Amino acid sequence: MSTILLIEQVLNGLQFGVMLFLMAAGLTLIFGVMGLINLAHGSLYMVGAFAAAAVAGVTGSFVLALAAALAAAALAGAVIEIAVIRRLYAAPHLDQVLATFALILIFSEGTRWLFGSFPLYLDIPDALSGPVTLPGGIEYPRYRLALIAIGIAVALGLWWLTARTRLGIRIRAGENDREMIAALGVDISRLYTLVFALGAALAGLAGALVGAIQSVQVGMGEPVLILAFVVIVIGGIGSIKGAFVGALLVGLTDTLGGLFLPALFRLFMAPDAATQTGAALASMAIYILMGLVLVWRPAGLFGTRAA
Amino acid sequence: MIRENVLNAGILLAFAAVPLWALWADEPFTITLATRAAILALAAVGLNIALGIGGLVSLGHAAFFGLGGYAMGILAHHAQTYAPLEIGPLTIAGTKSMPVIWITALVASALVAWVIGKLSLRTTGVYFIMITLAFGQMLYYFAISWSAYGGEDGLSIYVRNGFPGLNTLVPIQFFGLTFAVLLAALVLFAALRSSPFGLALNAARQAPARVAAVGLDPARLKLVAFVISGAVTGLAGALYADLNRFVSPTMFSWQLSGELIVLIVIGGVGRLMGPVVGAALFVALEHWLGGLTEYWLIALGGILLGLVLFARGGVIGLLTGKAGPHV
Amino acid sequence: MSDAVLETRGLSKAFGALKATDEVSLDLRPGEIHALIGPNGAGKSTLIAQVSGALRPDRGSVRLEGRDVTARSVEARARAGLARTFQISALAMEDSVFENAALGALGASGRPWRFLRPVARDAALRDRAMAALERVGLQDAADTPVSALSHGQRRQLEVAVALTLQPRAFVMDEPMAGLGADGSRRMTGFLDGLRDEAPILLVEHDMDAVFALADRVSVLVSGRVIATGTVAEIRRDPAVQAAYLGDSA
Repeated sequence: MSTILLIEQVLNGLQFGVMLFLMAAGLTLIFGVMGLINLAHGSLYMVGAFAAAAVAGVTGSFVLALAAALAAAALAGAVIEIAVIRRLYAAPHLDQVLATFALILIFSEGTRWLFGSFPLYLDIPDALSGPVTLPGGIEYPRYRLALIAIGIAVALGLWWLTARTRLGIRIRAGENDREMIAALGVDISRLYTLVFALGAALAGLAGALVGAIQSVQVGMGEPVLILAFVVIVIGGIGSIKGAFVGALLVGLTDTLGGLFLPALFRLFMAPDAATQTGAALASMAIYILMGLVLVWRPAGLFGTRAA
Repeated sequence: MIRENVLNAGILLAFAAVPLWALWADEPFTITLATRAAILALAAVGLNIALGIGGLVSLGHAAFFGLGGYAMGILAHHAQTYAPLEIGPLTIAGTKSMPVIWITALVASALVAWVIGKLSLRTTGVYFIMITLAFGQMLYYFAISWSAYGGEDGLSIYVRNGFPGLNTLVPIQFFGLTFAVLLAALVLFAALRSSPFGLALNAARQAPARVAAVGLDPARLKLVAFVISGAVTGLAGALYADLNRFVSPTMFSWQLSGELIVLIVIGGVGRLMGPVVGAALFVALEHWLGGLTEYWLIALGGILLGLVLFARGGVIGLLTGKAGPHV
Repeated sequence: MSDAVLETRGLSKAFGALKATDEVSLDLRPGEIHALIGPNGAGKSTLIAQVSGALRPDRGSVRLEGRDVTARSVEARARAGLARTFQISALAMEDSVFENAALGALGASGRPWRFLRPVARDAALRDRAMAALERVGLQDAADTPVSALSHGQRRQLEVAVALTLQPRAFVMDEPMAGLGADGSRRMTGFLDGLRDEAPILLVEHDMDAVFALADRVSVLVSGRVIATGTVAEIRRDPAVQAAYLGDSA
């Protein structure tokens, strides 16, 4: 196995990881502040991707497409928060699961109705297309490198937002004590709508960014949503830092598992059987990682409460 | 308001009457629909043990449904290709016998439910939901990547498996068989609910600290419930695969896990007949609304939102006027 | 001290800088009611949690009939003979009064792994549950759902569930809380007779009840036991008077 391949796969893992982080950060914020499990977060990812593809199709501008993704997902998030989600904050988890599952059905079928069942494609902007040569002569797609940079920038921005701004102080206060923050005179329902819309915008951004390297289609959000859940279980609910570390761990485990496990099994098995067993196990690697974390630390790596 | 026992008897009679009418009216497709509803009801009765009595919101029960399906698919595949199944030094012949397939499905799902339950029950609440969902997805991807049994394309079984004394190829006979299994599962559910185990499990849902304080371990009670629950859902999976004579990774899909919860909630969580009513309505809606519009799931989403926000007891709760267990 | 039924030695638990319990050593002797009093936030709940097994201490030990149970779970301690009642009733609210008592009887039997025969047809469980309900006067409410009970009846049921366990020691967390004067008097009379069956570690705010019932009283302030003695001794104790009447109250 060459070093170049390894570095490429590590970069792919990072890129996958930071995109998962954009999903997981919103989910974990929403859970931490409002105590809500939102299955429809994957739908917001899809909304972002479709909005981007539609706007790019009309204008040809990738920047406008990203802006549209952020705006559409934030708007969709705010609308469902006001119409449905806010009735669920005090409800049992089962109700939250059902209502947000219902939202998935409505979003997915609504999108299919609007855009049809065929996938849309979102082109990588010219400025970011093609490979870039890294030190050591490794050629790597410029766009994927940009995704890693954007993901890290968003992570830093979120850290700044929660640790350094008034909004962040309110969010953290809301996590600890709802009555307290209401007593401080903060409009709690507006804060919740804002946090939900922020989480939605992050999901929409991820959908649009990933939409350019995969196809944009109905149902694209849920597999990512479930991986984001794995990230949160590993990182610990409510922790942005946990979401970041968990996302990178999941991203790297997934890509490197696909590379190493078949190779590992080839050491002591027939090649085709090894490929098959390795591939099957690689598909389970992140879930096995999750299982190990559960055995070791049931509340997650950075979790404080066993929710 | 109707007494729940009377209502339950009426529901079962109506459920059995529809395919009999279809037989008389020569509408075999309706018999197939009723069989599908009976099998989904069976899967949901299984989930109802964990969800309705134990309060375990498992969003990964498709794992067991799929395992049951693959238990059937793998055994029947080896039988129809005349190639025995080799696991290390063991050689197992495939089979076309439903009882053998069912036992395999029950045991395999129970074992996997024990492992998933053991890990998931280290946590509670939303963690539990996310973890069960994730393990379900793990099996989905495993099935896709396991190319020996069809990978993404799944496995087709050419002839429905057999049951001693029946011709399972005749739709009404296969319906009768699935209905009998459903009845047996309902008897099991009712017995469990009123048994010492059910008493303790039901209390573990409502007041785990109390259960521990009288010397019982709530997590172990829930684990056993999860294993029984998974096994019943696994059995339903084997029947479902036999109904379609086809098994594919979609049996493991998270949508199916969600739909099983939806069935129960439509009918009534923790009610004996909740899953039966839910499955019947779900299949009827799917057939009727699905015939009207391709986008019927939007309507289902709307109905579901209405149920969650305004009618928590489901259909049985509305008809009996009594609130059910809170999960 | 060696004949104590229940004993804590140097029990300590800190949450960050806060010492919730600090070197607490208490014993509960056969036939006595040992009351534990102290101002709010003194650490009574944390202590009860450590005695019952819900919380692991940082240091120190809990002994039940001479055996060290510090490392054992809530359910293991219950099986070993420790019965607790909860300050805020932790009952199965959807279930009937009988079912809650039967749960206790089931715990006492140690045989929950029976899946098919109905509880209602299990004579041993039924008799044990009904006997406990009769003792607290709830036999006529056996089929009532707990959610329909009055606050006082729920406190009675709490005690009845503990009775089904036929324990070696009771730990009762404010059994008088929220009872009216009448209910409080009746509960006092009931607990008075109960001490002969098994000694009671009684956490209580109702001072009339404490002074009427307690053989000994321990006073917990800021996680420390500042005094243990008879009611008369405690009333005279200057440290207790300072804690209750002085600036730290």
